[in-house]
Amino acid sequence: MAQNISSGKRITLGEGGTALVFAVFALFCLVVAANAHTAAYAFHAIIFSAAGVGAVFLIFSNYARRGDALPALTIGGKPNYNYGPVKFTAIAAMIWGVAGFLVGVIAALQLAFPVINFDLPWISFGRLRPLHTSAVIFAFGGNVLIATAFYVVQRTSRARLAGYLSPWFVVLGYNLFIVIAGTGYLLGITQSKEYAEPEWYADLWLTVVWVAFLLVYLATLMRRTEPHIYVANWFYLAFIITIAVLHLGNNAAIPVSVFSPKSYIVWSGVQDAMVQWWYGHNAVGFFLTAGFLGIMYYFVPKRADRPVYSYRLSIIHFWALIFLYIWAGPHHLHYTALPDWAQTLGMTFSVMLWMPSWGGMINGLMTLSGAWDKLRTDPVLRMMVVSIAFYGMSTFEGPMMSIKSVNALSHYTDWTIGHVHSGALGWVAFVSFGALYCVIPWVYNRKGLYSLKLVNWHFWIATLGIVLYITAMWVSGILQGLMWRAYTSLGFLEYSFIETVEAMHPFYVIRALGGVLFLLGSLIMAWNIYKTITATEAASPAGEAALAPAE
Amino acid sequence: MSIWQKHAIFEKNSIILSLGIVVVIAIGGLVEIAPLFYLKNTIEKVSGMRAYTPLELAGRNIYVREGCYNCHSQMVRPLRDEVERYGHYSLAAESMYDHPFQWGSKRTGPDLARVGGKYSDDWHRDHLNRPQAVVPGSVMPAYPWLARTDLDYAHIGDDMKVQALLGVPYSAEMIASAAADIKAQATPDDPGAADLAKRYPKVNARDFDTNPARITEADALIAYLQVIGTMVDFKLYDDKANVR
Amino acid sequence: MSTDNKPIVDPHTGTQTTGHVWDDIQELNTPLPRWWVWLFYATIVWSVGYWIVYPTWPLISSYTGGVFEWRSRNAIVEDLAALKARRGDNMAKLAAATPEQIIANPEMLAFARAVAKPVFAENCAPCHGAGGAGAKGYPNLNDDDWLWGGKLADIQQTILHGARSTDDKGHQGSMPAFGRDNMLKKEEIAAVADYARSLSGLPVEAGANLAAGQKLFADNCAACHGDDGKGNRELGAPNLTDKIWLYGSDKATIVEGITNGRGGVMPAWQERLDDVTVKALTVYVHTFGGGEK
Ligand code: HEC
Ligand code: HEC
Ligand code: HEC
Ligand code: HEM
Ligand code: HEM
Ligand SMILES: [Ca+2]
Ligand SMILES: [Ca+2]
Ligand SMILES: [Cu+2]
Repeated sequence: MAQNISSGKRITLGEGGTALVFAVFALFCLVVAANAHTAAYAFHAIIFSAAGVGAVFLIFSNYARRGDALPALTIGGKPNYNYGPVKFTAIAAMIWGVAGFLVGVIAALQLAFPVINFDLPWISFGRLRPLHTSAVIFAFGGNVLIATAFYVVQRTSRARLAGYLSPWFVVLGYNLFIVIAGTGYLLGITQSKEYAEPEWYADLWLTVVWVAFLLVYLATLMRRTEPHIYVANWFYLAFIITIAVLHLGNNAAIPVSVFSPKSYIVWSGVQDAMVQWWYGHNAVGFFLTAGFLGIMYYFVPKRADRPVYSYRLSIIHFWALIFLYIWAGPHHLHYTALPDWAQTLGMTFSVMLWMPSWGGMINGLMTLSGAWDKLRTDPVLRMMVVSIAFYGMSTFEGPMMSIKSVNALSHYTDWTIGHVHSGALGWVAFVSFGALYCVIPWVYNRKGLYSLKLVNWHFWIATLGIVLYITAMWVSGILQGLMWRAYTSLGFLEYSFIETVEAMHPFYVIRALGGVLFLLGSLIMAWNIYKTITATEAASPAGEAALAPAE
Repeated sequence: MSIWQKHAIFEKNSIILSLGIVVVIAIGGLVEIAPLFYLKNTIEKVSGMRAYTPLELAGRNIYVREGCYNCHSQMVRPLRDEVERYGHYSLAAESMYDHPFQWGSKRTGPDLARVGGKYSDDWHRDHLNRPQAVVPGSVMPAYPWLARTDLDYAHIGDDMKVQALLGVPYSAEMIASAAADIKAQATPDDPGAADLAKRYPKVNARDFDTNPARITEADALIAYLQVIGTMVDFKLYDDKANVR
Repeated sequence: MSTDNKPIVDPHTGTQTTGHVWDDIQELNTPLPRWWVWLFYATIVWSVGYWIVYPTWPLISSYTGGVFEWRSRNAIVEDLAALKARRGDNMAKLAAATPEQIIANPEMLAFARAVAKPVFAENCAPCHGAGGAGAKGYPNLNDDDWLWGGKLADIQQTILHGARSTDDKGHQGSMPAFGRDNMLKKEEIAAVADYARSLSGLPVEAGANLAAGQKLFADNCAACHGDDGKGNRELGAPNLTDKIWLYGSDKATIVEGITNGRGGVMPAWQERLDDVTVKALTVYVHTFGGGEK
């Protein structure tokens, strides 16, 4: 190794060891690529191999650039926060978000106009839909969660992020997983388990990355100089731990060979269905809910500059939420071949989940008390508050849809899609936008956003998009459900299936329009973020309050 | 504030907080999942269920690959309109060898749990090739490449080995004759057809894509579609004995 | 390490904070909203009530069945029975009547059509088209040209057992693959195809050898399609002298059929549809317009 004795610069065990592991990994992947059963798998093995080489290169080039010692934990008594990984994931989230919404728009158009499948295997609806769900949930949502978790845990612990290379391993490794998963769908590599479609090797890689994420997060918490762990961190921690458990349970699979992308899930039939929806529902509960509640608990009080409404409510609703959520999975399997007893459990626990969910909504909304006037002037705060309202709405709708007689109508229909997107667009995406609008100027040390006016435009265009999307899906879903079960006065089915398909067409067009508006909003945001990052300090427009957090 | 102060134990120790989370999230999953493995009445008593032939299994893998489950359920619910539209409600036993299950969660297209035998092979070939040619209002994508692409079954025996390990009743003989069985099932008048039928009772053996010269992905997928929901002998099935 | 701050009273709400501060964020010590607590209790009480009534808790070898002993698989039996009751004794009348009697009785006919309509739309329309007009390879059911016979009994037989289906009682026999199986050479096929077109008065290509075609037809085709080309319903061999074509009348299509053979499959419905429904379908199809006496 290049050693410079006079300066005392040494390669650390972490740097050298990690580089070695990656070098071996890159070689191993080359062997796999050479023997792969399919070209698509060989392609993935080569990506992994290139990533291994890239990692070795990054480690050494970073070593060459860095000072003699690793960065200090504190500077002048103040924590030396590590914002690099936060910046990376915040930008990645923005890019993946636009991509994911675009794929959603294409999927929506395909359902309205099937010629848009273009007879091409890799973009046909069946492959594009999982690409959309993974892109928005895991690529967009996941990067927002990692960015904010790494930011919030440092700030509320008053401690630098643990690890030197490991935070970078988490953010780069996670995004490598996204690339593998996404290209895999297009190439037809899938396990078909909703929201867990990636094949065994991607799953294994994600397991390693996720454990690293948990360790970095926990180690940072342990370093904290605050006596208490802030409530946002309870939610982030529950999210990280539970997703790890769910991921392992639902992806238990045996590969056909190391040289094959194909694996078979160890569970089968009814047990597999139950495991899938134990996973699937809690991907909603812990990825799309607990994690984003963590965001809410930091960014809303921070942006509104108000104390959190109720400490006691946060305790009760936190424990009740994570306890009850786990039970609710069977509401995805009402009236299926899952035994009735399990369905009852799923239904009743979903209903009991209503108030713990609303506990979060109350704590978020009521934090605004004394600061409601800020909604008029700060569109970022407005976005977050609207997201909390959508959260409240979808967590009322969800328990209602869990009631078996309602679900008998709504299941399999677009009503579910409407429910999903009121949660996904209204809650998840809006609270993410709010958090990104906050955190990006903070970590880049800008006075504020490039333009609040553009945020305002984004807010209104996207809100209109959401309204079009979900109302179209409610109408079409309920219409579809009613048509399927409609009987003539003589007692015979009134409509054939294909008549119901034809009846959906206008709503599919409206939904696509809503999607286009939502996409447009996100493009405005991307521009605004780009200008914010590239602006020099002085470029920020006058009149906007300095929102950089106080040290 | 007394009782609330007790919560400080979780707030002051990240390991205790983590353990608390693990305990709290473990309960619901265990109570709902574990009994499905030990309660005898979970899976009904039926006759006729057999493992998929290698060709059907390969077809099923194509069904998964193309993401058909994104639009099609394979789960008829015990609701009167569904039973009338699609047929007998689905049983847990019918998917007991399905790794993974394909019940689906959205019906953009109709349920497929009883599609086996409903249409002819030719219809499926035409429909997969261009759905709108046979059903003008369909929004289903076309899959013209299936009939053009030769089925790759070089490793199908390995797939069956893994499934056997997971409890699917594939014997060593079935695994050893996997490639021969694929040929026998997709080729009209193949000499292996009799052995195939011995291994897989009531198997449909014929050329599925009206292209007897080749074994294509369409052959496999149609063979799979034609077997869905046809294995259980409902003449021998006792509805009342299997209420659960 | 910093320590807890002293709780202060928030000036906006008048509520005390907990005294914890993280990155300038504080928490109020607001008590749980009462309405929230009561609604939470209400959902719990409702759930416990539901558990008592319905099957819920898994045990060692069974589960708690609930006081109503409700099961989804019993409920569907009851629902179907209720549906049967709603349809009234019209169904019983339909079961007792022959297709001829149904057609003769306008009231029964209307009812039979109501039975058949959704079943046709769901099961038959994908092949025969929404109005039964057919498509390439799938016969038009509205015209009076029948492959297997247009009497009620013929139609019922076709629906129950199909054609070239997996049902042994279905119609069998198909058009051989004269080209693929090396029975006829390319030129011979072209010639006989021209002759087949000429049978229904379609123009033939200049220079076509109709005489050779006629000879080939007599030797190879007449066995099924008849000497005059009028077809044979026993064998399902179509009439080639009318202008109705199952697969198409252009020469390429005909050549393809002679080369590779034909044998469209009509599935058997006996296993999927009950007898009364098939009877209703028979009547329904018969009254499309092409039914024979
Ligand atoms: C975009 C949604 C979509 C996708 C993806 C899709 N289908 Fe369909 N499918 C439909 C619709 C809508 C219908 C009903 C209209 C029709 O028959 O085409 C249908 C009908 C069918 C039918 C006829 C069912 C019946 O009982 O009438 C079969 C069989 C079928 N699809 C198989 C498949 C297979 C196999 C795949 C994957 C290779 C697939 N579908 C992918 C939407 C889809
Ligand atoms: C998979 C496609 C398919 C479906 C579904 C189907 N049919 Fe057919 N049907 C055919 C074909 C193909 C033929 C012609 C067989 C032949 O070429 O000899 C046919 C023939 C018939 C005939 C005889 C026509 C004649 O000219 O003799 C009747 C009657 C008929 N079908 C009625 C029905 C009814 C009623 C249903 C629904 C219960 C139905 N079919 C469903 C494909 C289908
Ligand atoms: C063994 C009986 C048999 C023989 C011999 C036979 N055919 Fe056929 N042919 C059939 C049957 C059965 C069909 C209908 C197939 C179907 O319904 O799918 C048919 C269909 C056809 C059609 C398509 C009709 C349409 O409406 O599209 C043509 C054209 C035809 N035959 C011509 C011939 C010619 C020319 C020959 C001699 C070279 C011949 N057939 C010999 C049984 C036969
Ligand atoms: C431009 C915005 C979007 C558009 C146009 C869009 C469109 C779509 C479409 C067309 C589908 C398939 C529906 C079907 O199969 O009938 C879908 C499914 C889905 N989308 Fe989106 N989407 C958008 C944004 C989002 C976002 C931001 C999220 C999550 C954060 C999301 C999460 C999902 C999920 C989870 C599903 C699957 C639903 C289910 O399986 O029930 N979408 N979306
Ligand atoms: C109390 C909270 C909630 C409950 C009880 C609940 C309940 C339900 C129910 C009953 C379904 C329909 C299942 C079916 O019929 O197939 C569903 C689907 C879904 N919900 Fe919720 N919901 C809740 C909150 C949310 C939130 C906040 C989101 C955030 C995005 C969300 C995302 C989804 C998704 C993605 C699906 C579709 C799953 C699929 O079929 O692929 N839910 N939910
Ligand atoms: Ca997976
Ligand atoms: Ca073939
Ligand atoms: Cu759920």
